[in-house]
Amino acid sequence: MNGSTNFFEYVIQILPQLLKGMSLTIQMTVYSLVLAMIVGIVSCMFTISKVKVLNWISATYLSIIRGTPLMVQAFFIYFGITSALDIRISIFTASVIVLCLNAGAYLSEIFRSGILAVNKGQMEAARSLGLPHSVAMRKIILPQAIRIVIPSVVNQFIITLKDTSILSVIGCAELMFEGKQIIARNLRSFETYAIIAIMYYILITIMTKVSKIIERRLANDKGKS
Amino acid sequence: MTKVRVENLKKNFGKLEVLKGIDLEVREGEVVCLIGPSGSGKSTFLRCLNRLEEITDGTVIVDDNDITVKGCNINRVRENIGMVFQQFNLFPHLNVLENIMLAPVDRKKMTKEEAKEKAQSLLATVGLEEKVIEYPANLSGGQQQRVAIARALAMEPDIMLFDEPTSALDPEMVGEVLEVMKKLAADGMTMIVVTHEMGFAKEVADRVIFMDGGYIVEEGSPEEVFENPQNKRTQDFLNKVL
Repeated sequence: MNGSTNFFEYVIQILPQLLKGMSLTIQMTVYSLVLAMIVGIVSCMFTISKVKVLNWISATYLSIIRGTPLMVQAFFIYFGITSALDIRISIFTASVIVLCLNAGAYLSEIFRSGILAVNKGQMEAARSLGLPHSVAMRKIILPQAIRIVIPSVVNQFIITLKDTSILSVIGCAELMFEGKQIIARNLRSFETYAIIAIMYYILITIMTKVSKIIERRLANDKGKS
Repeated sequence: MTKVRVENLKKNFGKLEVLKGIDLEVREGEVVCLIGPSGSGKSTFLRCLNRLEEITDGTVIVDDNDITVKGCNINRVRENIGMVFQQFNLFPHLNVLENIMLAPVDRKKMTKEEAKEKAQSLLATVGLEEKVIEYPANLSGGQQQRVAIARALAMEPDIMLFDEPTSALDPEMVGEVLEVMKKLAADGMTMIVVTHEMGFAKEVADRVIFMDGGYIVEEGSPEEVFENPQNKRTQDFLNKVL
């Protein structure tokens, strides 16, 4: 790899290494988002629960995640907690944990806002028919809330995908990390970062397109609301 | 036979006393219309009858079930009290048929087939048999409210509560909803109706109740209340609205 190759040759030269990084980026994103959805739903249920202890747990969790930067969380979990407890976890595992806790907190708030956005009369109508609270939630409130929150959830997915790049600081060999490795060897930062930016851009564009299709399908299926 | 008995019902929202001690008995098949200025507590009173509002003090007995005691299975009681709301509150993600079938099927009152049959016959009663697969958003206000009535009736309740059912409707659609309610009254349904439609109250009600300031101020037959109101506040109110 020397500075004399032209741009396209250079792309072909470094692409295999970047694709390896991108594959890890995608894996991290998928794993952490699946887990984050679960964390988000549980945390949201804690938040809207009538049990004070559960409210308190989710409130603490949310305020810690929101009140600290992702990079600090990454260092704290990968270096801090592991050394305090004297355990070893892989960088990939640590990265997924960090991202899932982080995205989970924001998703929790998105879900809560979605549930609150459903008209109060919907719950009243359901309950007035004799449906228990849990059934009303499952069959009336949540289906409407999900449709409301899809754009915000997709937005959070995109943010999390971008946040994976921050995990390069703890040595996670994702797309950004591989790029930095390449630049450390050949100092071609302009082309390399441009290519990396384009790769992220393509990923996010695909994600956005898919979500638009889902949104449109939901809208067509169920009539206007 | 008494369907609803209310004794000394009080309801506070925080420090605000909305109901200050209401006593009322409603007999089977009776149509009771609640009238009064806004803020008088009519809607709150109605919502206490199926405990959509928690009751601060007093007793509400519906069909021999005291709904103010702790162990009361309120869901079971609600199955027997239909409610129709000012804003219709149809479920927007379900079509007309699904809106009506949901509760009877979920509460195991009917099989899917029975519920579907029931829904179709109810839609025929309210004049909307051709709208089964429409979604609420594609219906007019009057049509939505008629579907909402059908949805409440699908649970085969003995008692129907109406909370200003025509107040959110365009004037030309009020008639079609009142028509359905008249039919229901003629069929012997026990009905408690909060309304601003004095014409409806005059024509259909067995008893008219005037509420103001959290109390029942006056009650009697439509003739008594409308033609010869005894209380000054009732007179003032009727002078304004009639």
